[in-house]
Amino acid sequence: MSGEVSATATVPAPGQDPAAWMRRRGGRTRLALVAMAGVLIVSVLLSVGIGAVAISPAEALSILAGQAGLAPWTDHTRVQETVLLSLRLPRAVLGILVGGALAVAGAAMQGLFRNPLADPGLVGVSTGAALAAAVVIVLGGALPLGLAGVGRDLLLPLAAFGGGLATTWLVYRIASHDGRTEVATLLLAGIALNAVAGAAIGVLVFVSDDQALRDLNFWLLGSLGGVTWDRLLIAAPLMLAPALAALVLARPLNALLFGETEAVHMGFDVERTKRLVVVLAALAVGSSVALTGVIGFVGLVVPHLVRMTIGPDHRVLLPASLMLGASLLLLADLLARTLVLPAELPIGILTSVIGGPFFLWLLLRRRGLGLW
Amino acid sequence: MILPFVSLAFASRAFASRVAMALLLCVVMAVPVRAEPPERVISVGGAITEIVYALGADDRLVAVDSTSTHPAAADDLPDVGYMRRLAAEPILALDPDLMILVEDAGPPEIIAQLRETGIPLVTVPDEPSIAGVRDKVLTVAEALGEAEAGAALAAEIEAAHAAVAERLAGVTERPRVLFLMSIGAGAPLAAGAETSAAAVIALAGGRTALEDITGFKPLSPEAAAAAAPDVIVVPERTLEAMGGAEAILSRAELADSPAARDGRLVAMDALLLLGFGPRTPEAVARLAESLHPDAMAVR
Repeated sequence: MSGEVSATATVPAPGQDPAAWMRRRGGRTRLALVAMAGVLIVSVLLSVGIGAVAISPAEALSILAGQAGLAPWTDHTRVQETVLLSLRLPRAVLGILVGGALAVAGAAMQGLFRNPLADPGLVGVSTGAALAAAVVIVLGGALPLGLAGVGRDLLLPLAAFGGGLATTWLVYRIASHDGRTEVATLLLAGIALNAVAGAAIGVLVFVSDDQALRDLNFWLLGSLGGVTWDRLLIAAPLMLAPALAALVLARPLNALLFGETEAVHMGFDVERTKRLVVVLAALAVGSSVALTGVIGFVGLVVPHLVRMTIGPDHRVLLPASLMLGASLLLLADLLARTLVLPAELPIGILTSVIGGPFFLWLLLRRRGLGLW
Repeated sequence: MILPFVSLAFASRAFASRVAMALLLCVVMAVPVRAEPPERVISVGGAITEIVYALGADDRLVAVDSTSTHPAAADDLPDVGYMRRLAAEPILALDPDLMILVEDAGPPEIIAQLRETGIPLVTVPDEPSIAGVRDKVLTVAEALGEAEAGAALAAEIEAAHAAVAERLAGVTERPRVLFLMSIGAGAPLAAGAETSAAAVIALAGGRTALEDITGFKPLSPEAAAAAAPDVIVVPERTLEAMGGAEAILSRAELADSPAARDGRLVAMDALLLLGFGPRTPEAVARLAESLHPDAMAVR
């Protein structure tokens, strides 16, 4: 039964053969998915291949072959090897994970709230993480440093992750009673806690000195820089597992498009779906924010881009968002790394600069203004 | 997606051990005195760059950071960005054989990545005092292989400062100085105790008007009025941002202060005043001329 539950925005026009229409639609969806996978592969190749240090594709392959135990065939330098293996590759993997996690979390949130303005930060995870990070950045020097030998560089991501989860848990508790979660209350509680956390950040900004202020500002704009394999290995399951697990929620999310009561009547455990969406989004976004700072826009806009091209069926929307989110973040990071050499731009600026106009273009095209 | 990831992880472990070996070799090889002085130097921190220029080693600079604004020639060098927001790959692309960093440079992960690549990194302490300036000069000079020139420059700076300090020796009253700095819109930040501004003001024979706050804090108009400063000091850029001396002195909260009454407002370049670089005696002397015109007057 659930196979038929894909809620589509359009229906075949009267007089058309529905079967043929479904086939055409299915073909177009497959094409779009393949195209997005292609875009992701190209994005990965570009972001691994381009940077301040010139590394030709042959040299890159040779370095990788050397790592796999084969004899390298180019005489690349040690700097090239370090840049490729310790800087670019972990950064590209982080970009894929964070972009995918943010976009999938955004798509699931928009499905849960049935609201196109929902983004993963709505349940407080980003602001909670930002508050915890601000505490570490601003008051970090004053904190007792006997904290079980946790260095400051580890304290920041751990605190951000914990802060995000704690805030989301609070929002969820407020919106739940008697085993039921009110989606409207969830949204309002999220807005309220976001405001409170925002105010607390304001207080920290007030008491911070000049340098902590600049650090905080940069952190809030996000960056993929400075990631190491060690840290990636810890955080990757925390981003990847929730993002992949969210894909399984496609059918209940489709059913929710018709409304909560309707979804219950279709036989879905709606309360469990809500709980899962909130938990998975909090995990995925919390661990992303902990490693990269706040990267806006990806979670909000990528699902829309996908919906505009292949429709609202979550079975396609979720994996497509994963791929497109990863691609957008990789391309934004490529620009962040290369536009102002030898310095680097904060990536939060670029996700908005790339995503914003593209989104507007799609909106205008849909309105048929024909500006281009 | 999982499979390539796992294989990469294995690759990285092999790589990590290789890096560790290479690092060990570097350490072993670095113990003997370096024969060749470094030729491709990146300087991070305004005061550090000034010292490199003062030592005449600027022809070896390949890049500086965005806080390196003096001398003007430093602006023409490639800019690796804000000193607390460095990026590893572009720095590696510049192929430096020495990086001199002020101690606040960061972020720490990037510094760690750079250290792992084996580039010699020298971190310079940043203490807002004349002894701190001396330490900076000696550390930078030694890193550049210019220890003699460094000792000479340090002695020169100390002598210049001693001359100023001698003139101020007889001064007994210490004017209350309000240091203001505007960052964007909103209330300007004022310097309290334990700031570089308080340190340079003390060297010039004054004291900060806001002794009970620490750090740079947004100044409430009433606290400014209560502070009743004798002199107001601003960075040149703040002077422009706030609309000139007239505009600052006629602000409601400052209009009744002794500073406004006597028209005592000093504008100085922020790096000169707060950088604690080689021009510190010059900064102290210029500030002292405003605070104690009689003592500083040419006899």
